[in-house]
Amino acid sequence: MNKHSENNNTDSCDVAIIGAGPTGLSAAITLKEAGLHNIIVIEREAEAGGVPRHCGHPPFGFKEYKKILTGPQYAKKNIERALKLGIKIQCKTTVTKLGENGELSLATPEGLKTLNAKKVLIATGTRETPRSAQFVTGDRALGICNTGALQAMVYLKGKIPFKRPVIVGTEIVSFSALLTCRKAGIKPVAMIEENDKPSVRWPIHYSHYLFASKLLLGNKINKVIGDKRVNAVEVINKNGDISTLECDGILFTGKFTPESSLVQMSHLTIDENFSPTVNALGQCSDPSYYAAGNLIQLSNEEGRNNIFYAKGNAPQAVNVSGLCWEHGRDIANNILKSL
Amino acid sequence: MTSKAPPIIDVDIAVIGGGIVGCAVARRMTLEGASVVLVEKSADILAGASKGNSAILHTGFDAPNDSLEHECIQNGYNEYLEIHESLNLPLLKTGALLVAWTESEEEQFSKILKKAQHNKVNDLQLLSKKELLQREPNLANSARAAIEVPREYVIDPWSAPLAYLSQAVVNGCQTTFSTEVTGGDFDGERWTLQTNTLDNKKGIIKAKHVINSAGLYGDILDQDVLGESEFTIKPRKGEFVVFDKPAHALVKNIILPIPTEITKGVVIFPTIFGNLAVGPTADEQEGRSDASVDQKNLEMLYDLAIEKVPALKNVRVNATYAGIRPATEKSEYRVRHLNEKNWITLGGIRSTGLTASLGIAQHVQKLFAEQGITFNRLSTPLAHPVPNIAEHLPRDWQKSGYEEIVCHCELATKREIIAALNSTLPAGNLSGLKRRTRVTMGRCQGFYCSARLDELTEDKFVDSISVGNTDE
Repeated sequence: MNKHSENNNTDSCDVAIIGAGPTGLSAAITLKEAGLHNIIVIEREAEAGGVPRHCGHPPFGFKEYKKILTGPQYAKKNIERALKLGIKIQCKTTVTKLGENGELSLATPEGLKTLNAKKVLIATGTRETPRSAQFVTGDRALGICNTGALQAMVYLKGKIPFKRPVIVGTEIVSFSALLTCRKAGIKPVAMIEENDKPSVRWPIHYSHYLFASKLLLGNKINKVIGDKRVNAVEVINKNGDISTLECDGILFTGKFTPESSLVQMSHLTIDENFSPTVNALGQCSDPSYYAAGNLIQLSNEEGRNNIFYAKGNAPQAVNVSGLCWEHGRDIANNILKSL
Repeated sequence: MTSKAPPIIDVDIAVIGGGIVGCAVARRMTLEGASVVLVEKSADILAGASKGNSAILHTGFDAPNDSLEHECIQNGYNEYLEIHESLNLPLLKTGALLVAWTESEEEQFSKILKKAQHNKVNDLQLLSKKELLQREPNLANSARAAIEVPREYVIDPWSAPLAYLSQAVVNGCQTTFSTEVTGGDFDGERWTLQTNTLDNKKGIIKAKHVINSAGLYGDILDQDVLGESEFTIKPRKGEFVVFDKPAHALVKNIILPIPTEITKGVVIFPTIFGNLAVGPTADEQEGRSDASVDQKNLEMLYDLAIEKVPALKNVRVNATYAGIRPATEKSEYRVRHLNEKNWITLGGIRSTGLTASLGIAQHVQKLFAEQGITFNRLSTPLAHPVPNIAEHLPRDWQKSGYEEIVCHCELATKREIIAALNSTLPAGNLSGLKRRTRVTMGRCQGFYCSARLDELTEDKFVDSISVGNTDE
């Protein structure tokens, strides 16, 4: 064992950015291009890029690169751009604590470290709500996952978690999941939506026809059935009629919730959406900290992607990468002014 | 590996069932010097009743007076305190508060105190509303008063049995998984048990003595082998809701309800993994393996937790689970020693089994000793510390060289996962790996790490996360 590993190696920087997704990289690039050199991007995964890394389909990057890219292509471009500017991206590094005045506790495979940052930008993004937190009745069998897990499995590892799933939800990400299924040779049995109309607006909601999967509106899961692996789900409609769909998995899509537990475990305050409370500049309750991207619910109506959503059906907003990119840049500019 | 038939197992004692009780008994009798085999029909330990409980180390203050259950709880409690450090098992000294929320509940206090005194748990203390809320400022103001039970603690319900059986194994105990006992014959001296494996291979195990610790299937095993059972298992399911780690700081003690005649009621408790959980419900059901959850029960638990600890509404739910208690027609342990048949049945070990298991194992040893059956006690048994996964003690990610953090929510490392797949008792399935390392047990439930975990566990388990490759 490295004898230094248990000592706290302390480092310092002007700005530490937590998360190397579109928001974090955009902020880093903005800061660097403005002449700020001592910045560090901290990423807990082995690779930078964030969620687009495993969204193997277009459209990504139109705003940033005037080109339609797949997620992985877009992530790669972002990383290349950052590295070309000499930005330090520290992967496999986990922030374990947000301390007062920008003191970050880090875990790395080489040992524990402390990083003192003048300013910290938290850009840890968002994730879908798992089945458990939705209190779905039934067996706790294998074959149940979120889109994030599905896409990571398909695009990063070439594996599939099921062959004939039921897809729950009709948000943008649900259709992204349909595209992923098609690419991977997965044949969804049905797509179900609790409301009477899909969350996304025409023409996207016809896309399920492309994949020969039926869309059941006004239906929700009544019960998951399966001993070791899912083998059916019961769905129930608004009249209380129950029908059984044979399937080998369930994909819970959407219902995004901020990846904010680090914030919640810290001295920073949170709002009713579990996002850090921020002022108009994106500054948290400790002025050393800023938050940007999908971690916070963008109050800007444009941020809600309402071009995609049927009126009144917009779920908790998840912002497409282009908006995160812009937001990262804007908050970075606010940070620059504060330094 | 050759395809030769495995050698016939021939031992002093066959322990059937790898739950908490079986693991503790296998350890005790191995340390006593007996040759032991533990036979488990699932691919890993803790597949039945022992996989889901409230993880409390009980003092036995509320156990039935003068019962075997009470004796086993107290002996088990004491032994856990003696051995936990050498096995690297965690102990969170929370204490418990029996909180009265109504006048009639408060009226039960004297009865509870009297029972505790009879059970020789003499350190209970009455707390006024003011004292209670000083200790637990996040409890709802409707709390009226409490009895403090200072020595009720929280432990790790999965590492404990893992440590017991691991210690047994390093001291010579054999194990056979995915192996079901289907029948047996006793020749007056020795049992010949017929077994069947998951892939339908028949086998036999020879043992002088048999201990039935088959939990939810204890009555069926007695039926299948002895032709009769003294009891019938009435599976009782308990569901739980687990709140994310920010909830842990909201409650310091185990918050117990005032029990009714029917049930011990719903508990709000800190977990050893840094969460706060609420449960169990108590529903009788037919199925012995049905650990499904029900939306209305989970919502009831969630609402109850928020009613008692209002600040919990600011914390998200991580997980839900259910455990099945092997209750019987009677509210007591159903232990039977058929001396003429060299057979001991340890039945009806209810929710207290986690604490009582070590005491039950002592009781088994006593039953042998009473018949004059002794073995050569190991003079220097090996200890076998298990890896720590408790939140309040140093975790693997805090030591360099872990390669990568695979599960970000629970900070489970690649080094830990590889170790659990290659340990004395390697994880036999994904559930077993979760219980050993915490992978996917956190807030995202595998959103971030399923793909990597699937890769790391490729070809390790019969039931893997992935079911095949993509078309391309």
